[in-house]
Amino acid sequence: MTELLWLIPLLPLLSAIVLMVLPQLSVKALPQSLIAVIGVGSVGSAMLLTLTLALSGGPYPIEQTLWTWMAVGGFTPGVAFYIDGLTLVMMSIITGVGFLIHVFSSEFMLGDHSYARYFAFLNLFVSAMLILVMADNLLLLFLGWEGVGVCSYFLVGFWYQQPDNGRAARKAFIVTRIGDTAMALGLLLLFSELGTLNIQGLGVAAAGQWQAGDTMPLIACLLLLGGAVGKSAQLPLQTWLPDAMAGPTPVSALIHAATMVTAGVYLIARTHELFLLAPTAMMVVALIGLATSLMAACSALVQHDIKRILAYSTISQIGYMFLALGVGAWASGIFHLMTHAFFKALLFLGSGAIIHCLHHEHNIFKMGGLRSRLPVVFWSFIFGSAALAALPLTSGFFSKDQILVQVFLHPQGGAWLWFGALVGALLTAIYSFRLVFVVFFGVANTEVDKKPGWAMAVPLSLLCMLAAVGGLFAIPVDNVFPAVSEHHPSIWVEVVSAAVPLLGLSIAYLLFLGKQWSLQPLLRRPLSQRLRYFWLNHWGLDALYDLILVRPYYSLANALSSEPIDRLYGAIVWVNQQLHGLLSRTQGGRVRSYIASMVLGLLLLIALSLYGGGEM
Amino acid sequence: MEGLDIPLNHILLVACLLFAIGMLGLMIRRNIIFMLMSLEVMLNAAALAFVAAGAHWGQADGQIMFMLILSVAAAEVAVGLGLVLQVQKRFKSLDMDDANRMRG
Repeated sequence: MTELLWLIPLLPLLSAIVLMVLPQLSVKALPQSLIAVIGVGSVGSAMLLTLTLALSGGPYPIEQTLWTWMAVGGFTPGVAFYIDGLTLVMMSIITGVGFLIHVFSSEFMLGDHSYARYFAFLNLFVSAMLILVMADNLLLLFLGWEGVGVCSYFLVGFWYQQPDNGRAARKAFIVTRIGDTAMALGLLLLFSELGTLNIQGLGVAAAGQWQAGDTMPLIACLLLLGGAVGKSAQLPLQTWLPDAMAGPTPVSALIHAATMVTAGVYLIARTHELFLLAPTAMMVVALIGLATSLMAACSALVQHDIKRILAYSTISQIGYMFLALGVGAWASGIFHLMTHAFFKALLFLGSGAIIHCLHHEHNIFKMGGLRSRLPVVFWSFIFGSAALAALPLTSGFFSKDQILVQVFLHPQGGAWLWFGALVGALLTAIYSFRLVFVVFFGVANTEVDKKPGWAMAVPLSLLCMLAAVGGLFAIPVDNVFPAVSEHHPSIWVEVVSAAVPLLGLSIAYLLFLGKQWSLQPLLRRPLSQRLRYFWLNHWGLDALYDLILVRPYYSLANALSSEPIDRLYGAIVWVNQQLHGLLSRTQGGRVRSYIASMVLGLLLLIALSLYGGGEM
Repeated sequence: MEGLDIPLNHILLVACLLFAIGMLGLMIRRNIIFMLMSLEVMLNAAALAFVAAGAHWGQADGQIMFMLILSVAAAEVAVGLGLVLQVQKRFKSLDMDDANRMRG
């Protein structure tokens, strides 16, 4: 099995190339069934290979060097794979959830003119993401990192005929690029300081060269964190993710919920040996995570576009993962990453099914009463939202509970972080069940015009199962991360952690389903209206960036577009042209004026020689 | 040189006047034939100055120079008239201002 490792990223890559080239070669349009078989089949085979690898049981880590990428002086990064428990978890998520999303897409995108282009990019994405997690050095990881970024750009702007989609795609690309620049600087710094980019080698070299708390690991970790923050849509670079919902919904499920946006979490977990040397950077990670998760949860409370609610909830949940990483609960963070991939992909695919069946309606207040008419989707949302809200015994409960406990046990300000995370959990429960109650209960506002077919229903059902029981999986990362303390906090911490989501569920029930409480009087007050508007636009971050970054840049570009520096050279040209005009006027072609000027010159010379007194 | 003794200065003055008249004619007239004639006048002014100077110093050089100028003038007229013919042929006029194709 180990010998076939290289096939796992290669299969989707080959399929992407085939799907890009084949439609150009064939005279008539390819049948969509063939495209779907190629596109889904490649990821399916990759999933089977990954499962075989996972079931073979090791021994881990498996290392495989395909070839040396380049050799410059002492710098010889290889195209080499390093498979340990962490990689295996990520690979299973990418190929497993990815495969289900591909199956779903084959029906969702049916009839689209660019069916082949869609699957080509989706396959390319899976391949790049696999390279990202399997890479044994940071340079190859960076290749995958940029690869998923560009695929995200292609797929967000998939329906590029609408200018807004193109704008969203550019925004996603440029904002993540800010983080990527920081990450590239981090790689350069690590290489110049430690002389290697091999991830295992980095850990060894850093431990030998640096002490915990030194400045150098702090700078390196903050630069890496910059990359992670951009990719994972955390404060302050999270503004691109809600706009990235312009892409097709399965894309949002795969890229902007399950896999790509968690790459930042993976990066930090992968380089945890560096972060352990920089306690300040870890505190920054935790604080960024907590702040982002609270901000995004507030925004999710007031959105009315179903995909934007899910986008903000994704930001918020990734904030939890960052919080877990920041307090050193590496395994819990990765565990939450996995369960989140299950239930968030489920929720996104469910919303995709609703949008598909409801004439591309996105506004939740125009839905309503879908419980009896789309039962598969209803149950998907019940399972998904329960897991998202971390109701007891769902997958999200196990992972979030672990995080909360670890946060509480953190020696520095653990209780405060824990309290913040609890508030986030409460908000999460409220907004996720607000979504369920508004969309599936009440009166129907829009007619359902089609039912989801089996290619939609089967992935939804499988993801339902995963969202329900995914919390029971044991992820094999014990050998990857340092052990966390087995110490348990007092029982009331656990009880409170478990009770808060139920409280949120009850509040959501009272507000949005039961008629006991009504939000209307509150909403009429100017202050709450302003707050609602503020949250709707995600704390005015977009407006702020527009004001301090985008608009100054535009005005600078405008000022430079008239080329002020070229004006100087233009002036030199102008002076020369005028002189030329003057001189050419003397060349009138008239013999008489030439004679006259000769005579004048002669007279002048004579006069000079007579009266000038000087030597001629 | 008995009898008629004209001071050198007077002759030179006449030569200067002739030269100036020729030069003015050259600058003012537009007809190419008149311009050639003005040129002749200028040459003759120079020749007169030579002759007068030769007579004044009692040397033959002045007369020799006069002969030289006479032949130069003859050659110049031969070439000049050829040019006049060409100008007439090309521009259908003898106005030198019409022949301004070299205008910059």
